[in-house]
Parts: sequence; structure tokens; C-alpha cells
Amino acid sequence: MITFEDVVKVYPGGSTAVDHLSLELPTGKTTVLVGPSGCGKTTSLRMINRMVRPTSGRVLIDGRDVAEQDEALLRRGIGYVIQHAGLFPHRTVLDNVATVPMLLGCTRKQARTDALGLLERVGLSAEFAKRYPAQLSGGQQQRVGVARALAADPPIMVMDEPFSAVDPVVREGLHREFLRLQKDLGKTIAMVTHDIDEAIKLGDVVAIFRQGGRLAQVGTPREVLANPADDFVAEFVGRDRGLRSLSFESAADLPVRPLSEVGDLALDDAGRPVGYGSFTRADSLRLVTDLAIISPAGIAVRVDAEGVADGVVRHHDLVDHLAARRREQP
Amino acid sequence: MITYLSNNTDVVLAALRQHIVLALLPVLIGFVVALPIGYLGVRFPRVYHPLVNICGVLYSIPSLALFVFLPVILGTKILSPLNIVVALSIYTVALLARTVADGLRSVDELVTQSATAMGYRRFRRLVDVELPVALPVILAGLRAATVANISLVSVGALIGVGGLGQLFTRGFQLFYLEPILVGIILSIALAAVADLAIVLVQRLITPWSRV
Repeated sequence: MITFEDVVKVYPGGSTAVDHLSLELPTGKTTVLVGPSGCGKTTSLRMINRMVRPTSGRVLIDGRDVAEQDEALLRRGIGYVIQHAGLFPHRTVLDNVATVPMLLGCTRKQARTDALGLLERVGLSAEFAKRYPAQLSGGQQQRVGVARALAADPPIMVMDEPFSAVDPVVREGLHREFLRLQKDLGKTIAMVTHDIDEAIKLGDVVAIFRQGGRLAQVGTPREVLANPADDFVAEFVGRDRGLRSLSFESAADLPVRPLSEVGDLALDDAGRPVGYGSFTRADSLRLVTDLAIISPAGIAVRVDAEGVADGVVRHHDLVDHLAARRREQP
Repeated sequence: MITYLSNNTDVVLAALRQHIVLALLPVLIGFVVALPIGYLGVRFPRVYHPLVNICGVLYSIPSLALFVFLPVILGTKILSPLNIVVALSIYTVALLARTVADGLRSVDELVTQSATAMGYRRFRRLVDVELPVALPVILAGLRAATVANISLVSVGALIGVGGLGQLFTRGFQLFYLEPILVGIILSIALAAVADLAIVLVQRLITPWSRV
């Protein structure tokens, strides 16, 4: 667990970057610090590995004040990923990944063998190992950055806008990969982003900062979307937060109608819908809503694990379901 | 020219050998001295501009003046090769201290920052990350300094120690073109070979800068 205890950062010249921050980042979870630029989120993040020193207050990792620990040793135990990856241009991809294990005294051979495994883990084939960072795309560099941060298997990861510098399609892929990795690894992650959608998608906990370095609200993404603490948070999470909060609602108990109710549903020989988007029980209500809205017939088709259509939802069923749910949990 | 060469092989070779030592020893000394000075210009940003100015002034001192005044300051004999070595070392430091500083300053802030965040301590970060990344800039300065030194050594002939430059003075005194030509050609060839050698070393040790 990472704990901020009444932390203040005032820069020479008097501007306050962080204003009395108290926050706990739970072990094994991803906590996303999010807010507009100049809100102190990056400054706060960089206090965890002592890249920034608080003016007052303490930052603790599992109860130990980071200020009392050796800087370099502390940092070797915290994985660090930044925007544009910050890879070492003079080292191959493999040696970039091997950096921290080598600092920790691992032999070059062992560090390289481990690094190769890590590359695979972040979705890069062995052919990338011998390349230099300049020979990679932005997305590939970012993967190497993540592999390098994971190399010494640190319990904590600090990520500063790790996915901001890549295009939306690549970012989407990196998000999926991140969630998959984090599911396996269960690191304690502190991440900064200015993108509330990213925060909601990746965070177990979202900490929203406002200008002047003050914490506006902390909560799960669902809580923050459903009950913004004030106008600033409501504004920041966006006007379509109602729609977005449906991302957290499962489609599992949504009532479906038999296929026979829809006359001209196009199915292939195996019974899979043709020309329609479809959802499964594991998807969210947001997807179902989206499908029902874009479908000319106003229906969303549900499929089973094999992709075979087993029912349809009409938009008004969806509206009724949401209304019923609201009555149940006011 | 061939006749001249075959009749004076010993003189020419001795001149060439002296030229190489007088030109390259200062490159080595200057490089070693310039590294910490250049680093100071980066470590303490307020030092950078004074450093650049001092280097500029030093480099603008005419070489002949330096050759003549150094014996007064150092207490060496006027004909001592040491004067040439010290003078050229000063020029090399003036050129390379700035280059080292500029090279280190050219290292992307993100790279040094991520090195720090990985857990590098200051000195190891300098040796393992900053200097290697600054190498292309530093080696470009080293090439300039080496070629400049090779041409400057000849001026030393005017005070009696000048490697291949001695062939020039001899040619002028005897109204004899051959040694002058040999001196010029060997001097240019030496500069070209030294430059090429540095380029080859650079290719070898910074393969990443060509991708």
C-alpha cells in the first residue's frame, strides 16, 4: 500500500503544486490519478519514487517513509513507465529491458534470458530483441518501456501517462494488454493520465485532482460516475457519464426475446448473425445500448459462447430494464 | 619527389613520427582534461556560459604567440617540444570541453530521467547512459580537434619544432619545392587517415546512431 500523508509541494516562487494530499493506493490494485493539467497529479506520482521531494507531509510504502530509504535502491524496486517510453537509444531492446536486473547485480546472460521472456509477455516477438529503440514504432517502444519496468518484478509500478503518445487504435491494444497483464501480475500500480476515459477503463480506484493540487474525489470508477462529489467532478467525468456508467453493468440478467419475434433476422447456416453486431452475457449494458441504437431495426442480438444467436433485445426492453434496476437500487 | 623521398627517407620519417606525436598526444591529454570540465558545465548550469566564453577566448589565441609565450610561463626551453604539446592541449581542451558539455546537454531529458527512475546513481548514469548517448556529438568534436592539431603542428616549425612543418621551412630556405610538397601531402594524408580512423571507431561503438 502506498500512502500519502498530508503531502504539500510548494515550488520556489510560491506556486502550490500539491495541496494537503492524503490518499491511499491499495496493494495489488491500479489507482489512476487523473485531472486537468497543472493539478499536481504528476508531481504527486513522482513523490512515490522520490523524483520529487514533498515540502511537507510523508509518502509511505507499506508503512515505511520513502524519504528514509536509499534513493537508488528504492527506485530499483519500483517499475517506472513514462510517456514516449524514455528508452535508452544506445542499447538494444533486449538490453533496455535488462537494465534494472543488471543494476541489481544479475549477470548479463541471465538478465538477457529473462528479458527475452518479458518481451514475449508484452506481445513483442524475439526478432525485436536486437533492434534499437529508433527502429520501433511508438506503440512498440511503449511495450518495451512496460517490459523494462517489469523486468525486476517490482511489486510497485509508477506510470506517467504511459499510453498518451500513441494513436487511439494502438492505445486500445495497449489497454487490453495492460488489463490482461495486471490481471496476472496484480501489481500495486499508480498511474497518471489526463484522460478520464482511460482512468475509468484501467483504474480500480480513480483519484480526481483539480487545479491547485487538491484532491476532488476518490472512488471506484463506478462510484465516481454515479455520484460525482461536486460540479467540477461532474463536469470532468463528462456529460455522457450516464451512458458510460453502463460499462459497469452486466448484460447477464437482461431479459431477451426469442429470435422468432424478429422476422427477417439474417443468420448463417450455423445460426450466427450476419451483418449485425452482437453481444454475449459477459458484455456490458453499454455495448447492448450501442448496438440497439445503431441497429436499423432497433434490436441487439445476443449470442452464446459459440457465436450462435440465442435471443434479441429491443431498445424499449433495455429502457424498461434500466428503469426497473433504478427502482431496485435508488 | 620520389628521388627526394628516397634520398631523405630518414629525415621525412622522423618528421612524420614527430608530427604524429606532437599532434595526437595533445588530443589524448586534451580529451581527458575536457571530460570533467565539460561535465561541470552541465552539472552546474551557471558554469556553462562562462565555460563557452573562456573556451572561445582560448581558441582564438594565435598559435605562434602561444608557442612563443609558453616557455616564459612554463620555464621550458624555447625549442622544447613540450611547448607544442601544451599549446595544442590547450586548444584541444578549449574545443572539446564545449563539445562534451554540448553533447551531454543534447541527451534527451526523458532518457536521463528514466535512468534516474530505474535506480542509477549519478556517476554510473553518466558513464553508462549520458556519455554513450553523447558520443556522436563528442566524437564529431574529437575529429575537428584532431584535424586542427595536425595542421597546427606545422606552425611549430617556425620556432624549430614542427614535425612535417620542418620540411616546409627547409624547402623555403633552400628554394626547393620537393620537401614542401612532401610535407603538404603527408600532412593532408595524416589528417585524412586520423579522421577516417575516428569515423571507423565511431561506427563500431555507436551502431545505434546510424539506424
